[in-house]
Amino acid sequence: MNWTGRRLPRTEDPALLRGEGAFTADLAAGARAVRFLRSPFAAGRILSITAPDLPPGALLVTGADLEGVGTIRPELFRFNYRAIAQPVLPRERVHFVGQPVAAVVAATPEEAEDIAEAILLEIEPEEPVVTIDDALRPGAPILHAEAPGNTVVDGTIRHPDCQAAFARADRIVEFSLRSGRQNATPMEARAGLAAYDRATGRIRLTASCQMPHMLRTGIATLLGMAEADLQVVAPDVGGGFGQKMALFPEYPLLVWLARRHRGSFCWIEDRNENLIASAHSREQRHHLRAAFAADGTLLGLEADILANTGAFSCYPTTCGVEPLMALAEYPGPYRLPTYAARARALATHTCPAAPYRGVSRPVVTFGLERLMDRAAAALGIDPVELRRRNLVTEFPHVTPTGLTLDQASYVEALDRAAEAADIPGFRARQAAARRDGRYLGLGLAVFNERTGYGTPAFAARGMGIVPGYEVVDIAMTPAGDVEVRIGASPHGQGLRTTLAQLAADRLGLDPSRIRVIHGDTDRTPYGWGSFASRGAVIAGGATQLAADKLATRLRRAAARLLQAEPEAVTLRDGAAWAGEASIPLTEIARRVHQRSEQLSDLDGFNLAETAQYDPGGTFSNACHVAEVEVDAETGHVRVLRFLVVEDAGRLLNPLIADGQVHGGVAQGIANALLEEVLYAADGNPLTGSLADYLPPSAAEIPLIEIIHMETESPETLTGAKGLGEGGAIGAPAAIANAISDALAPFGVDIAELPATPARIRALIRNAR
Amino acid sequence: MSKTPIRLTVNGLPHEVAVEPRRTLADALRDDCGLTGTHLGCEHGVCGACTVLLDGEAVRACLHFAVQADSRAIRTVEGLAAPDGTLNPLQRAFWENHGLQCGFCTPGFLMLATWMLEQPGPVDEARLRHVLSSNLCRCTGYQNILTAVRAAAQELGKWAETAPA
Repeated sequence: MNWTGRRLPRTEDPALLRGEGAFTADLAAGARAVRFLRSPFAAGRILSITAPDLPPGALLVTGADLEGVGTIRPELFRFNYRAIAQPVLPRERVHFVGQPVAAVVAATPEEAEDIAEAILLEIEPEEPVVTIDDALRPGAPILHAEAPGNTVVDGTIRHPDCQAAFARADRIVEFSLRSGRQNATPMEARAGLAAYDRATGRIRLTASCQMPHMLRTGIATLLGMAEADLQVVAPDVGGGFGQKMALFPEYPLLVWLARRHRGSFCWIEDRNENLIASAHSREQRHHLRAAFAADGTLLGLEADILANTGAFSCYPTTCGVEPLMALAEYPGPYRLPTYAARARALATHTCPAAPYRGVSRPVVTFGLERLMDRAAAALGIDPVELRRRNLVTEFPHVTPTGLTLDQASYVEALDRAAEAADIPGFRARQAAARRDGRYLGLGLAVFNERTGYGTPAFAARGMGIVPGYEVVDIAMTPAGDVEVRIGASPHGQGLRTTLAQLAADRLGLDPSRIRVIHGDTDRTPYGWGSFASRGAVIAGGATQLAADKLATRLRRAAARLLQAEPEAVTLRDGAAWAGEASIPLTEIARRVHQRSEQLSDLDGFNLAETAQYDPGGTFSNACHVAEVEVDAETGHVRVLRFLVVEDAGRLLNPLIADGQVHGGVAQGIANALLEEVLYAADGNPLTGSLADYLPPSAAEIPLIEIIHMETESPETLTGAKGLGEGGAIGAPAAIANAISDALAPFGVDIAELPATPARIRALIRNAR
Repeated sequence: MSKTPIRLTVNGLPHEVAVEPRRTLADALRDDCGLTGTHLGCEHGVCGACTVLLDGEAVRACLHFAVQADSRAIRTVEGLAAPDGTLNPLQRAFWENHGLQCGFCTPGFLMLATWMLEQPGPVDEARLRHVLSSNLCRCTGYQNILTAVRAAAQELGKWAETAPA
C-alpha cells in the first residue's frame, strides 16, 4: 500500500482537538513569572532604573546584573555586512520602543506586572531614526558605530552589459514601489519556561520556537555555559511563520535566571509585546528600471532595494536576509539576460526585522508582476502573452544571479490559470459592471519559490552560522514499532504525519506504527528547523534515507531468519517476504533485540540508523489569480475569487499541502489589503493591538481554489518541492494587479501595499 | 490583593476557587481549574482563542472576570470529547477536513461553532461565515475550518443549502 500521496488526516490533531495540546504556557504551573520592562522611547540614554521596595521573593534584573553575558551578534562575511550587537539587557542606550530594559520576577504574572509598573525608568530621549529616509539622510544619527550611514548590508550585483541593454531598448519601464511593515502574528505569541534541575544541574528551556537546536547553541554561547547543560524543548508551538526562528534576548535571560536562582522562570508574551517587540518584516522600498524590446522581450533589469531592518540584526540569519534574498531572486521565473542591482539593510530605531513567510519574495513578486502588467500596457501586449514570452521554458536554467532553476511548469501553470480564470468571460463582466459604475479587476501573479535548499545556498550568502542539512535518527523498538527522531521542528505543518507516511512506504509498515519525535534537543539529533519551505524536502529526504537504511538492516536480518538472500527479501504489510515465506517485522525486531544469539554472525547488529540530507535546492512555482471589486467611493476592496495553480512537485499529503496554500494565501491577501505596522515620527508604534494591526478573519478571505500540478523535482529525494511560503508570495502581487486593473479607468496604479481604503481613495483623488 | 471565593461549574464539574477580583475567567480556568485547553491569543477580546460557553452563550473568557462567572455553568474544549477521548462530530469534522494546523486557535473555534450549532434553526453559508469571522486563525486561511463546520452541521442535520455567496 502506498501511504505517500494520500490525504491522510494528521496524527497531531486529536490531542489538539481535545484541548490536550501542550503549549509552553500550559506547562508553566509552579514557575515564577517574569515581566519585561520595555523601553518607552525609540532612542535614548538610560540614566537610572529605580525599583520600589520589592516584596519578598521578587527580583529585578537589569543590564548591570548580566556581567559576562555576551551580546547577540550574528555574522555575515559578504555584502559589506557590519556586525552589530544586541545586548540581552542594555546598560547604556535603548534602540527601539519595546526593547527589554529590565526583567521583574514575582510569584504571579499579576504581581510582576504591578511591580514593573512601579519601577522608575529614567531615560534621556535622543533623536530617533525611524524610516528609510531618516536612516539615509546625511547627518542622521548613527545607531551603531560599526555601521556608518546606518547601512548594515550593502550588496551589489552588476553585469557589465546591463547599460547596453537599456541603450538598445525599445521601451524602458521605470517605477518605485513600497511594502509596508508587517508582523507575522502567530496566534500563540512567544513564550519561554526555564527550569533548573537540581539533580543534574541542567536547565530545560521550553520555548515556543522554530529552531530549538539553534536556540540552544545561541544561548549556551551567550551565557558561556556548557551546551550539554541546556536542553531546549519546543512543545506544541502555536504558529511561527519565521518569527520564532530568531534568538531573542528574552530567552537567554530566562536561562540566566534559572541558573542563577536555581528555579523555574516563565515568561508568556502578551499580544502587545508581540506586536511591538518580537520581530517585524517586509518594510522595503524598491526602484525598478526594466528594458524591453518592442516584441515584449525583457532585455535587462535594474533594481535598487532598500530594507528597513530595525535596530538589531536577527540571529542566525542576520538582517541581510531580506535585502539579499531580493538581490538574488529578483529575476524570478523570467529569462533575464542582464541584471544590475544593489540591496541595502538599514538600521533604524524600530523593532528588528526577521524572516516572515516568503521573506522578501512577496515584495519581489509585487515588483516583478507589477512590472509585467505595466510593461504590457506600455507595449500594447496582452499581459498573459507578455509573461509567456519571457518565462523560462528550458531547464535547467541558470539565472543572472547564478541560481539554477530545475524542471518547472512556469508557462503551463500560467496557461492553466488563465484558462481557469476565464479571462474573456471576466472582461465581459468587467465591462458590464463598469457601465453600472462598479469596478471589477483581475490580476495575475506568476512566481517561482526557491525551496528545500541546504548548506550550499546558505553558505553562498556568507553566513557565519550556515544552516541547511537535516539529520534523522531512526530505530525499530523491540516491539517492532519505529521511532523517527528529527532535528527539524514543525509547528503546525503536520510533519509527524507526512514523515510517517514516507517512512511507512519504505518499511512496508502501517504509519500508525511510526512515531516522529521532534522539538527536544535531548531526544533528537542536531538539526535546523522548519523554515524556508524545507520540511517536506529536507526532513522528508533525510527520513526517506534513514528508513531505507533501516529497511536494508531488516532485510539482512530477515534473510538470515528466512534462509534467503537479502536481495530476495521485500518488506510489505508489516512483514519481510522471501517468496512465499515471511516473517513479521515485530518478530525480527524481537529477535534482534532479545534473541541476538540467533543473529550472532551479524556482528554488532542492531536496528538503528542515522541519515543526513543536504540538497542543493529546488524551485516550486505557481500562478495566482485574484478577482476583486473596488468601491471607488470608499476605497474598500472585496476579493471575489482567488485561484491558485500550484506546482510543488510530488505531493506527499495533499490535504496538508492544500492547507499550506490556504494559509499562505490568506496572509498574502492580508499583506495586500490589511496588515501594516505603523510608527509615529518619534518611533512610537501605533499598532499595538489586534484592533489596530489587522489579521484577516473569515469575512475577508474568499474561497481559495487550488489546481495542483506535479512536476517532480530531480533535485530532491522525495520528488517534492516545498510550498509552505508560496501562498504568501503570490497573493499580494495578484491583488495589487487586480486593483490596478479595476481602477484602470482612473489611471490608478498600485505601488504601495497594503492598499488600504485610505490609500486607494488618495490614489483615485490624485488621479482625477 | 484579597481573594474572593467563587464556585465555577466547568463541564458539569464544580470548582471551588478563590480569585482576585481582577482575575479573568480565562486565567481562572487555566490556572485555578487546571484546564489549559482554553488558550489566550490576545487578551483583548479580538482573536477569540479563549472562547468558552457561559450559561450557553459563546463569550471571550479574557473579557470576563472570574467573579462574573460565579455560580454559573461554563463549557470548555475539554468537555467536548467523550470521557474515553472519542471525538464528537464537530471535532471529528475538524480532524477529517484538516481544520487545524498549529491548533492554538482551535479550542476557540470549536466552542464558537458548538454555540452556533446549538442555536435553533439551520445554518447556511452566510451565517457560517458571519459567525466564524468572530475568531482569528493564522494558519488555515479559514478554508478548512469552514469546510469542517459545514460538514459537522450537515451531519447534525443543521445545514441549510443556499446558493453559493
